[in-house]
Amino acid sequence: MDLSSINPILLLASIMAASTPILLAAIGELIVERSGVLNLGVEGMMITGAICGFAIAVGTGSPAIGFIGGAVGGALLSLLFALLTQVALANHVASGLALTLFGLGLSSLLGQGYVGVKPPPTPKLDIPVLGDIPLLGPILFSHDLMVYVALALVAGVWAMLKYSRAGLILRAVGENHDAAHALGYKVVRVRIAAIAFGGACAGLGGAYLSLVRVPQWTEGMTAGIGWIALALVVFASWKAGRVLLGAWLFGGVSVLQLNLQAAGVAIPVEYLSMSPYVITILVLVIMSADKSRAPASLGRIFHASQ
Amino acid sequence: MKLQLEKRPQPSRRWIYLSPLLAVVITMLVGGALFAALGKNPVEAIATIFWEPLFGEFAFYYRPQLLVKGAPLILIAIGLSLGFRAGIWNIGAEGQYIIGALSGAGVALAFYPLDAWFVFPLMALAGALGGWAWGMIPAVLKLRFGTNEILVSLMLVYVAEQLLAAMALGPMKNPDGMGFPGSRNLQDYPAAHNADLITGSGLHWGVVAALVAVIAAYILLGRHMLGYQIRLSGEAPRAARFAGVKPGLLTLFCLGTSGALAGLAGMFEVSGPAGQVSIDFNVGYGFTAIIVAFLGRLHPVGIALAGLLMALTYIGGEIAQGNLGLPAAAIQMFQGMLLFFLLAVDVLTNYRLRLLRRPEAA
Repeated sequence: MDLSSINPILLLASIMAASTPILLAAIGELIVERSGVLNLGVEGMMITGAICGFAIAVGTGSPAIGFIGGAVGGALLSLLFALLTQVALANHVASGLALTLFGLGLSSLLGQGYVGVKPPPTPKLDIPVLGDIPLLGPILFSHDLMVYVALALVAGVWAMLKYSRAGLILRAVGENHDAAHALGYKVVRVRIAAIAFGGACAGLGGAYLSLVRVPQWTEGMTAGIGWIALALVVFASWKAGRVLLGAWLFGGVSVLQLNLQAAGVAIPVEYLSMSPYVITILVLVIMSADKSRAPASLGRIFHASQ
Repeated sequence: MKLQLEKRPQPSRRWIYLSPLLAVVITMLVGGALFAALGKNPVEAIATIFWEPLFGEFAFYYRPQLLVKGAPLILIAIGLSLGFRAGIWNIGAEGQYIIGALSGAGVALAFYPLDAWFVFPLMALAGALGGWAWGMIPAVLKLRFGTNEILVSLMLVYVAEQLLAAMALGPMKNPDGMGFPGSRNLQDYPAAHNADLITGSGLHWGVVAALVAVIAAYILLGRHMLGYQIRLSGEAPRAARFAGVKPGLLTLFCLGTSGALAGLAGMFEVSGPAGQVSIDFNVGYGFTAIIVAFLGRLHPVGIALAGLLMALTYIGGEIAQGNLGLPAAAIQMFQGMLLFFLLAVDVLTNYRLRLLRRPEAA
C-alpha cells in the first residue's frame, strides 16, 4: 500500500471530470422533476447517449459532433417516455423502468460493432494564463470543454428557475398542474419539453462517459450512474446549486476509491467499488427527512377533463 | 376532427384482458420489423422465438427449459406484484436474488461434504432469509427515515453484485478449483443439489415453489384481509388510511415478502440450473420479472402465464442466436419493447378514445 502515490492536485482535478456525467444527468432530471414528471429512465437514456455519442464520434472523427449525437439520442429516447406518460397517461414509475430496460437493450444492440474501438480524443482546453496558476490552474482550468458546458448548464438552470418567466411556468406546472392548466399554460407541452431536455442532458452525460471518462464502449458501462443522478436530485432538494455540490461529492467518492484501488489498499477491490452506492444510500437517508421541497405534482398523471 | 381521451368510470373489463395480448401482437410486429432491419427474415425469426421451443424438432429439450427459466421469473414477479399493487416499488429484486443465492450456497458450502437430509431445507431457509433481509433494508429505511425505496433497493443491486464478485473470488472460491473463480459446483453435492424431481422434466423445487406462490398470492389477494388492504392502498391511499390500514406494516410486508421470494428464486437457481456461485451468476431475472409482473396485470394467474411467455422469449432468443445469428441484445430489447407497448395500450383500459367531429369551443 502506498498512499503517498496519490497526488492531491491530480485527485481534485479528476473530481471535476469524474463528476461531469452525473452532474449533466442530474441537472436534466432536476428540470424534469420540477415540471412534475418523475422519469426513472435516466440510466437508459444515459447509456443510449453513451453509444450514440460514441458511434457518431467514431464515424465522423469529431468528438464535438459525437456529443451532439449523444444528446440527440438521449432526447429521442426520452420522447418515448413522454409519449407514454403524457399522451398515453401511463404510470410514471413503470414507464421510467420500461425506458431503462429498453435503453439498456437498445444500447447493447447498437454497440455491437464498437467493442474495443478507440474514440477520437477530446482535446483539453489550453487556457492561457489561468491554466498556469499554480495549484488552481491544474484543478480548475485544465479540462475539456464539456466540463465547463456542464457547469454553465447548472448556472443556466439555476438562473432560469429563479429569474425567468419560463422557469416560473415550469415550476407552476410542477407544483400544481390543474392550476397551471386553468391559467392557460400548456401543461403537456411544457412537460414534454422538460422531458426532452432531461433526455438530452442524460445523453450528453452518457456521451461524456464513453468519449472522455472511460473512453471506450462496454455494455452496461453506466453501471448505475443514472440512478445515482436520480438520488442526487433528491439529495439536492430539487435545487440546482446543491446538485453541483452533490455531484462533486459523488465524483470525489468514485475518484478516491479508484485511487485507493490503484494504491493497493488492503481492502478487496469489490468492497471499494461498492462504496459509491453505499454512500448514495447513506446520503439519501440523511437527506430524506425533509420532503417538503419536492414538487407537489411530482409523478401525478395530468388529464385535462372538461 | 380530433381524437380525445375520455376517462372511463371504471376500468374496462374487456381491455384488462385484451391489452396484454394486443401488446404481445404489436411487439411481434415491431420486433419483426427490427429483425428485418438487422437483415434477418422476420417471419422466420418470430417463428423461431415463439414456435420452435414449443413444437419444433428439439422441443423435447426446450419444453423443460420453459419451467427452468419461468420458475424464477414467476417466483420473483409474484412478490413484486404485491408491492406494485400497494404502490410500493421494489425494483431491487436482482439484488435480493443474488443475496438469496449467496446465503443458500453459503449454507451448502459450510456443510460440504456432509450428506444429510436437512442440508437442502436449511439452504432454502437461508436463501429466503437472505433475500428477506436484503429487502428489509429499503423497507426499514423508508419507514424510519422516509427514504425512497426505489432508489435504495436499486442501489443495493449494485452492492449485491460486488458482493457476489467478492464471494466468487474470495471466501466461496472452490479450494479444488485450481485457482479459477467460482465456488464448488453444487450439482456434484447430492445433499445440496436442487435436481429435477422427475429426471429431464425441468421440474425442480423452484417450480414447485413458484406454483405454491401463485396459489398463495391468489388466495391472499382474493380472500384475505391483508390482500384487501394491499389492493386498497394502491387504489385509494386515503381511503386505506381511514380503513385502518397501517402503511408502515404494509411496506415491511411487501418488501420483505418480495425479497424472500426473490431470495428463494436465487437459491433454487444456484443449487440447480446454475450450480455454482460465479461472477456472472445473475442474468437479469430480477429486472425481467418487473416486465412479467406488469404483463400479468399484477394478477397471480396472469403472472404465471406471463412468466412462461417471457421464458419462451429467453429460450427462443437463444435458439435464434444459434440458428439465425440474432444478437442477444435484440431479445433484451424485444422484452423491453413488450413493457413499452403494454403501458401504451393500457390507456384503453382506463380511457375511451373519442373522435370529436367539431373542434371544441374555446
